[in-house]
Amino acid sequence: MKKRIISPIIQNIKIAHGTYKMTLFAPYIASNVTPGQFVHIKIPRDSSLLLRRPISVNGVDKNNGTIDLVYRVVGKGTSLLSKLKPNELDLDLLGPLGNGYKVEENIKSLWLVGGGCGVAPLKLAAQKWSNLDITAFLGFKNKSEAYQIDDFKNLCSQVFISTDDGSLGEKGFITHILIKHISELRPKLILGCGPISMLKILKQISERYDVPCQISLEERMGCGMGGCFVCSCAIGIKDSWDYKKVCTDGPVFDSREVIFDEWP
Amino acid sequence: MNGPNLSVEIAGVTLDNPIVAASGTFGFGIEYSDYVDLNKVGAISVKGLTLEPRKGNPPSRIVETPSGILNSVGLQNPGIDHFINHDLPMLKQYRTKVIANINGKTIHEYCQMALKLQNTEVDFIELNISCPNVSQGGVSFGTDPDMVYRVTKAVKCCCQQPLIVKLTPNVRDIKEVAHAAEEAGADAISLINTLVGMAIDINTRKPVLANVTGGLSGPAIKPVALYMVWQVAQTVNIPIIGMGGIMTGEDAVEFILAGATAVAVGTANLVSPTAMLDVLEELIKYMENHDIDDIHQLIGGLVL
Ligand SMILES: Cc1cc2nc3c(=O)[nH]c(=O)nc-3n(C[C@H](O)[C@H](O)[C@H](O)COP(=O)(O)OP(=O)(O)OC[C@H]3O[C@@H](n4cnc5c(N)ncnc54)[C@H](O)[C@@H]3O)c2cc1C
Ligand SMILES: Cc1cc2nc3c(=O)[nH]c(=O)nc-3n(C[C@H](O)[C@H](O)[C@H](O)COP(=O)(O)O)c2cc1C
Ligand code: FES
Repeated sequence: MKKRIISPIIQNIKIAHGTYKMTLFAPYIASNVTPGQFVHIKIPRDSSLLLRRPISVNGVDKNNGTIDLVYRVVGKGTSLLSKLKPNELDLDLLGPLGNGYKVEENIKSLWLVGGGCGVAPLKLAAQKWSNLDITAFLGFKNKSEAYQIDDFKNLCSQVFISTDDGSLGEKGFITHILIKHISELRPKLILGCGPISMLKILKQISERYDVPCQISLEERMGCGMGGCFVCSCAIGIKDSWDYKKVCTDGPVFDSREVIFDEWP
Repeated sequence: MNGPNLSVEIAGVTLDNPIVAASGTFGFGIEYSDYVDLNKVGAISVKGLTLEPRKGNPPSRIVETPSGILNSVGLQNPGIDHFINHDLPMLKQYRTKVIANINGKTIHEYCQMALKLQNTEVDFIELNISCPNVSQGGVSFGTDPDMVYRVTKAVKCCCQQPLIVKLTPNVRDIKEVAHAAEEAGADAISLINTLVGMAIDINTRKPVLANVTGGLSGPAIKPVALYMVWQVAQTVNIPIIGMGGIMTGEDAVEFILAGATAVAVGTANLVSPTAMLDVLEELIKYMENHDIDDIHQLIGGLVL
């Protein structure tokens, strides 16, 4: 069940260029969230910023009842969030919202593919399914924007890194590295999150190599509970699709069902 | 001790309290049931319905503007048959009254929908002649008093339930339009729908909304909405459901003082799922603090 939670800020630190990690006390979410789900945050202090901001859950600590969020400062809301100090005020959140990634019992190995702030939700996936054989492919713009690589190394069997400028790991897009390994390793399931250009390539790869792939979509949101029909994405097959809601039908979808052509 | 009397009557139907969910901001009600006891909401106006299922506009469909939002959903809905067979029975398990918000491309379509709603448990029909986000029908019906008269009259002839006509603020004179609706037999008037607006991304030089324009709602439009409700209240003798930027109980009191019998909460539902219950609680607190034991003592109580 979704709840509204008033959540004290435990920590809020910069972990990479323009990227922050906030730890919140939210035991209900810590015990009930699945990877890929998000919380919908009311931005405090500025009541003219009406809409909540959706941020995925990055990690949980069930014993301490805390959750981590990793977010990039891109506009007014995230900029305000980045300035909040621990115990300064409590955040108003809704969650856990949306449908997360689904990993069936018989799956023994997993590929995680993330780009930029899309790496964040995959860390919770690595945490939850750490008993499986996980290979992570993480792409960043450059070294100063990379984060949580050690966490992935602790949780995964193998971690590949790439940056656009080669300042960390291999130079180039992370999907190029993935293609190099796919024929030989034949993954059973890919979980992806990142910019739309990356998700489009993942969809193609999944179809070409016949590997099931689940991707997490982003769209501007209102209510976050399926009530306002603003967070639409085209889902179905070519010539027969519908606008579904990213907030309640997603944000995670089977990549084969996502019709990117209908995306402006 | 009992609290103040909050129940109001609109065209012979009693609402437990004057708080209504504004169409398009509260889905079909059930989506919010984790957060809201739907029995406590006076009435719910469901997402705008069309004769056939409708895909709606491409994304992005929403943008935040100072103290407001622009939306361009374009009436995405599963169609009136799906609503009658699937959503209505679920909603009818609750005490809340159900308002079917209908949208046609032609007068004939509006009438076909009203006919389909005959012998259903829908409590009111709300004629949306004010949607700014569709290319055919919608707001084009709502801006011309003659058209308002014709469509209202035609639907009134074939609808079984009380008829609410929802007005657009994008007109020269709201009083003229309200008068036309009343003359044609409307049982109540709801207003305002959204104000047409736009937003531009200065980096890409493109409109933020794929539809280019959208409808503005939220606190940014409250003063305009309040003024229009007040004007209409002085023009017609039928009840008014006032809306536009209501976020708090105090906002609701303002609309009621201006002449609204009931008030609808829209954008606030997107900000907080419990918005309507919060508004209701604050309204009750206001009444208690001012020793008002019946909501009717407030309706149209503006002192000039
Ligand atoms: C399901 C989901 C999960 C997300 N998880 C994360 C995460 O873990 N880490 C992270 O850094 N970002 C994440 N995002 C993106 C994040 O929501 C936006 O970066 C954020 O809302 C920007 O807010 P702002 O006020 O700083 O930006 P502004 O540009 O000032 O925001 C204006 C409006 O646009 C919306 N908006 C702007 N960019 C986006 C976007 N990319 N997606 C959706 N809405 C947007 C805002 O919510 C706000 O309503 C996620 C988005 C979705 C849909
Ligand atoms: C996302 C969204 C969708 C809407 N959809 C409809 C609709 O389908 N039918 C309708 O009559 N009004 C629709 N409206 C208008 C609202 O019902 C209401 O008239 C308007 O938003 C003003 O109230 P507010 O400022 O409280 O939101 C919609 C508004 C929003 C924000
Ligand atoms: S954000 Fe309201 S339906 Fe998805």
